Amino acid sequence: MTDALCDLTGGELATKIAGGEISATEVVESSLERIEAVDDEIHAFLTRTPEVALERAAELDAHRGTGAPQHAVAGIPLALKDVLATMGIRTTCGSLILENYLPPYESTAWARLSGHGGVLAGKTNCDEFAMGSSNENSAYGPVRNPWDLERVPGGSSGGSAAAVAAGEVVWALGTDTGGSVRQPASLCGVVGLKPTYGLVSRYGLIAFASSLDTVGTLTRSVRDAAVMLGAIAGKDHRDATSLDEDVPDYLAGLEGGVDGLRVGVVAEAFGEGVEPAVRDSVRASVDRLADLGASVGEATLPHAEYTLSAYYLIAPSEASSNLARYDGVRYGFRAEGGTDSIDMMFRTRGEGFGPEVKRRIMLGTYALSAGYYDAYYGQAQKVRTLIIRDYEKAFADFDVLVSPTSPTTAFRLGEKVDDPMAMYLNDIFTIPANLAGVPAISVPCGLDDASLPIGLQLTAPVLGEQVLFRAAHALERDLGLVLRPPVLAGV
Amino acid sequence: MAEWETVIGLECHVELNTRTKMFCACHNEFGAEPNTLTCPVCLGHPGSLPVPNREAITRIVKVGVALGSEIAPHSLFHRKNYFYPDMPKNYQISQYDLPVCVGGHLDVELPDGSTKRVGITRVHMEEDTGKTSHGSASGRIHEAESALIDYNRAGVPLVECVSEPDMRAPEEAAAYLRELRGLLDSLEVSDVRMEEGSLRCDANVSVRAAGTDALGVKVEIKNMNSVRSLERALTFEVDRQLAALEAGEPLVQETRHWDEDSGTTKTMRSKEEAFDYRYFPEPDIPALEPEEAWIEEIRRGLPELPRARRTRYAEELGLKAEVARVLVADRAATSLFEETVALGAEPAPSANWITQDLAGLRKEAVVADAAAEPTVGPRHIADLVALVADGTLSGAGAKRALEEAFRSGAAIADIVENRGLRQVSDAGELGAVVDRVLAENEDAAEKFRAGNESVIGFLVGQVMKASGGSANPTLAQELLRERLSR
Repeated sequence: MTDALCDLTGGELATKIAGGEISATEVVESSLERIEAVDDEIHAFLTRTPEVALERAAELDAHRGTGAPQHAVAGIPLALKDVLATMGIRTTCGSLILENYLPPYESTAWARLSGHGGVLAGKTNCDEFAMGSSNENSAYGPVRNPWDLERVPGGSSGGSAAAVAAGEVVWALGTDTGGSVRQPASLCGVVGLKPTYGLVSRYGLIAFASSLDTVGTLTRSVRDAAVMLGAIAGKDHRDATSLDEDVPDYLAGLEGGVDGLRVGVVAEAFGEGVEPAVRDSVRASVDRLADLGASVGEATLPHAEYTLSAYYLIAPSEASSNLARYDGVRYGFRAEGGTDSIDMMFRTRGEGFGPEVKRRIMLGTYALSAGYYDAYYGQAQKVRTLIIRDYEKAFADFDVLVSPTSPTTAFRLGEKVDDPMAMYLNDIFTIPANLAGVPAISVPCGLDDASLPIGLQLTAPVLGEQVLFRAAHALERDLGLVLRPPVLAGV
Repeated sequence: MAEWETVIGLECHVELNTRTKMFCACHNEFGAEPNTLTCPVCLGHPGSLPVPNREAITRIVKVGVALGSEIAPHSLFHRKNYFYPDMPKNYQISQYDLPVCVGGHLDVELPDGSTKRVGITRVHMEEDTGKTSHGSASGRIHEAESALIDYNRAGVPLVECVSEPDMRAPEEAAAYLRELRGLLDSLEVSDVRMEEGSLRCDANVSVRAAGTDALGVKVEIKNMNSVRSLERALTFEVDRQLAALEAGEPLVQETRHWDEDSGTTKTMRSKEEAFDYRYFPEPDIPALEPEEAWIEEIRRGLPELPRARRTRYAEELGLKAEVARVLVADRAATSLFEETVALGAEPAPSANWITQDLAGLRKEAVVADAAAEPTVGPRHIADLVALVADGTLSGAGAKRALEEAFRSGAAIADIVENRGLRQVSDAGELGAVVDRVLAENEDAAEKFRAGNESVIGFLVGQVMKASGGSANPTLAQELLRERLSR
């Protein structure tokens, strides 16, 4: 069986489109056909936008016919996690409370992709308001992992990861607050990048935890991640926390290799709870990096053990405030039967939010309450500072740090839904990068005995995306994995 | 009976008149059609983000510098969380423990002419909310069938200025509010119109036994929308608290609502019902860290402040203290005065014309709802003063000329010519009028001759009237006396 166009990487497609070998319309049609073929099973999409996609592809083909140069993302079908605002296109956050919400504006990341010719195939399923690690918290039903339809794709950007893994789109945007791009990337066998906090504008990213939220990419190659980041990164005057930095050419130096690169293996990330297959696969990959010339040593993040505690105070605290605006007054779902405006707001929130969202709103409300602030939110911020220092110390000795992305491969649907702590532990290795604001990438490094993908996480200092891409690309090329999920056997 | 002391502190909210709102590019404007000045940011749409308005920050620093506050080298926005339909995000971006301006003072001129220094605790930056109108016959929220919300005001930059509890009487609080209003007006940072809500004021008031340091039970009063209602509300509240204390009844810490119509305060919520605002640092906005050089630039650019101006007017220009106070309290009047004096006019009579006759005409026009563009400029006032000084116009004639100028905007010299207002100082011409007046007022003339000197005033008045205001009153009196003593 030969690959369809939608199974190629963005880099391959851009070359073919630029060479006149194929048209944007052909690529988009291939993607839409794949969605038709597999998405009833995978359920990666909450909203499909085929008409918009074909219309845009035709425009781009006409434009290219004039001989004008086009960006590397032009004509390539993509998906957006449904927490990114799309003007006039339903944006639900996986929640009933925004069931029919049509944003009156575009998110900056999408506006930039769109401006470069990116083609939207649809909005992807996710855990409600990006809160979850399995996609089972979506109000619209879970996404299924293309590698095993009985298993979760990870979360919260599970729809984006699954869609990319199954070739429904070539690449996608997700958001990463505690691992929500990297963990599903790991579980679905794709590349997941969480950039430096502030490198990509959060304008239009519907907030979960503002000080941790980042827009990230899901792609089928490290090179594609570099292209996508180049298209969306850079200062945005609509986001006061966006960094005022020149965006480098992320493709330059991509092939530089790892000779002499100082690689630190995070000591704390190989202990209890990590599946042996995951541990072994990541270790073997580290050995490959050493063989390629990297100098490998042991790094330590001594405060990593407080990661979950700090995260589950900071993120819910910010969420409790960020989600206060969903009250039925101005947009979204409004409950019937309210006796006055305040009662209407209570009912709307009671009926509109799912259990995990309510759990976190309550946690956060409590943590910010008078008399508890210092003990909880204040203390968690101190831990955050300690974790930032841990990284600063580690990066004095190493250029990149290595760990598993997730302690396990994809688990079964329903396996952890009744045990929030077990679910939260999925993100134990990904959360520290969010707390510290540093960039990290998950790349596939092997399959376990059940043929489920394993992800390796590389972490770099603030604005160290280039070294991240260089190391990840070297490993990817060396491993040469062919990752074709079983769901595609029938197409 | 114990001696009691009143303790008052004020929290004033000032809407800045920046071109755009605090965190978005929407126009900041009063009185537009509801919900026409909104965008995803000020409506709190999902995913929208606040970006601070640099001009608003410049203005609060200006206020802080004028109040002698320390401008914090590091200050933070915080979120104040509570649910209310007219607050789009259900939190207000405000400041908490790290405000832009810390400390300071305002020197307040009291009614008796003395000056009192009132401490400023802090001045901080925040955003305004929308406005709700409840659709019920009674106007009561709980009986409303619908609520209409106008978000034009949501996100308008708001400065909160908190005073120390330094005021000891309602009159002092009123004087403080007037002084603050004048200061903000002179800085041109706000429209400071209490009736439009661009200046709002809450008061904290308590009473304690004189000579003690501990504060009494504090009551916060809200909903005063003029200086006068502040003074009335405080007077009522102090009396209420004193009556309770004298009767041995306990006072409770609470928030009370001033009702203008009944002239009373009523309980809104008690301390137990107070909100827990769950303040935490606003993660969407980095810390404000103004550079010292920028603050200095603002300091150097400050205009002359009202207190300094009053002193200068009194000491250098010879204005009466009361005239200087009235003049400086009104920015438009002050600039008219400055421009008039710049034309070489005598300051004292210029100030009198501006603060008395012109102010009177303006007030009448406002009452008659005929307020239009100002028609009287510095040239009018300067001409008026000069023509009175050289005897061309009588006081009454000048008044008529000003009225005419106020209506038409015509030049004073033209009005004087066209209306024949030139003062008659010709003995022959005026003599005829005097003779006629005496003939028509034989009784008065008799009384004068019988020794009733005060009747002369009446007779001068009759001459002025008969001459249509054009008679020189000094000459008229001379001529009257001359004829009556014959």
